[in-house]
Amino acid sequence: MSHQSTDTAEPLVLASEADVVRVRQAVRAAAVAATFSLVDQTKLVTATSELARNTLVYGGGGRVLVQTVDRDRRRGVLVEFVDEGPGIPDVDLAMTDGWTSGSGLGLGLSGAKRLVDEFDLETAPGKGTSVRVTKWKR
Amino acid sequence: MDRVPILKIGDILLVSIQIDLQDHIALALQDDLSNRIVETGASGVLIDISALEIVDSFIGRMISTTAAVSRVLDAETVVVGMQPAVAITLVELGLTLSGVRTALDVDRGLALLKRSAGPVEEEPLEPASPDRTHEPPVD
Amino acid sequence: MESGAYGWMDLLRESREDVLVRWARLVERNLGDRLTAAELDHDIREIFDLLLAGAGTDAAGALSGASYDELRSLLAELSSTRARQGFSPTETAISIFALKEAVLGVLEAHEDLRGYQAFANLSRLVDDLGLFMLESYAAARDRVIAEQAETLLELATPVVKLWDGVVALPLVGTLDSARTQVVMEALLQALVDTGSEHAIIDITGVPAVDTQVAQHLLKTVQAARLLGADCIISGIRPQIAQTVVGLGIEFGDIHTKASLSDALLLALRRSGFDLVPRNGRSGS
Repeated sequence: MSHQSTDTAEPLVLASEADVVRVRQAVRAAAVAATFSLVDQTKLVTATSELARNTLVYGGGGRVLVQTVDRDRRRGVLVEFVDEGPGIPDVDLAMTDGWTSGSGLGLGLSGAKRLVDEFDLETAPGKGTSVRVTKWKR
Repeated sequence: MDRVPILKIGDILLVSIQIDLQDHIALALQDDLSNRIVETGASGVLIDISALEIVDSFIGRMISTTAAVSRVLDAETVVVGMQPAVAITLVELGLTLSGVRTALDVDRGLALLKRSAGPVEEEPLEPASPDRTHEPPVD
Repeated sequence: MESGAYGWMDLLRESREDVLVRWARLVERNLGDRLTAAELDHDIREIFDLLLAGAGTDAAGALSGASYDELRSLLAELSSTRARQGFSPTETAISIFALKEAVLGVLEAHEDLRGYQAFANLSRLVDDLGLFMLESYAAARDRVIAEQAETLLELATPVVKLWDGVVALPLVGTLDSARTQVVMEALLQALVDTGSEHAIIDITGVPAVDTQVAQHLLKTVQAARLLGADCIISGIRPQIAQTVVGLGIEFGDIHTKASLSDALLLALRRSGFDLVPRNGRSGS
């Protein structure tokens, strides 16, 4: 069974606002290819927008990898955001609803987490941040 | 597109947001709207998001802020045309957009703005007639 | 395998037509009324040729190897088609197992001892092929079931327009999280499609509500508000009301009505309509 690959073979660069748009489009394409419902597409792309913005604004830019994944005959989309920025000092605090930092914009992590099925965050001060999210076809 | 155009329909400013607003354009729109409200003395702002397939926390907050700023400038804001998938996602994100009124479409949004403008402005001003009894002002 | 040793591929090549005829006859006996002789023959020949092509000169090569890619692809498609056509698992696999019987028949007819040794290897491979076909069949059936479930979900979301600007969603039966989500999405879409500002979610026919379902209901009401519409929840039975309170769920400022008719009256009033009896007495 062959299908058009929407996987980004190499990570997408995330260095500007225009890149955020590109990343959203790449994730949308993958979700469509995985035959997600419109609501699930919207949730995943919105989560992507939140996380991409974090990577850009707080991480100082980074890269995004979009992959189609299969597990137990279910299809899903995996998106990974990586930056070599300052890292998040207090993850528990950052994951609280309504947490804001500096410019008054929340990190949106908890919201993004609710939009996806799997959410994995790795970070350490000075070591950058990596967020992996997966959404499965319902 | 560099700037989102703002149309003036009578007393109302109408903004129609097309796809994929980049952050800096959204912020520019917020600025432009505040300026135009003051310039025109508009009493209402109608934001049409029927073309928006994605509304994330940044855009959501921009909308809330616009409504709050407009209110301070004595104008009401109504957001119209939100897509169901967007509404479901915003609720999941926890963004209630409280303080922002919504309507299904532009027509209903305009009607809503007219209603909230109040009946006072609809009564024609009549010159005082000698038959009228003027009540003395109450202290 | 030492070169020059007699392999099952040689056996098959030597007795090609003999095997094919016997094989066709065996399959026909099982599937004859469902498939035409031409279809049958075509399928068998294709499998036969790909089997030989895949083996090459290695009688002990594994089915999972790259040389058998085409054969596996063909059998997966065949199984999938049979599954969709409603054949049983046995009927599907019989096509491949019959090959063994056909070859045995040839060996018996020629009393071929060398052949029996070669047969042992073929037997092993055919067993693997049969199992593979069953796996593909099961996967295809799972897909059919999933599609049917989805269709059922879609059919079971009746949103009715009660009046201009008022739609109702009568929910019946036990609600699970997945179904509730689908149904709520349908309601929101109906609000937009019909341009209605009022939705009545009637849960008279719902025996029980758990936290998840209650939260979905709440979220739906919030989402409807964002669209510019409002929801009334009707038909809440005492037991459900108690459950909701017990779970600590706040319905806040969401309108609730005991009956669907009360909810309709409320929605109509908010739409600017009054129900007036014909004899002139004004409505309450």
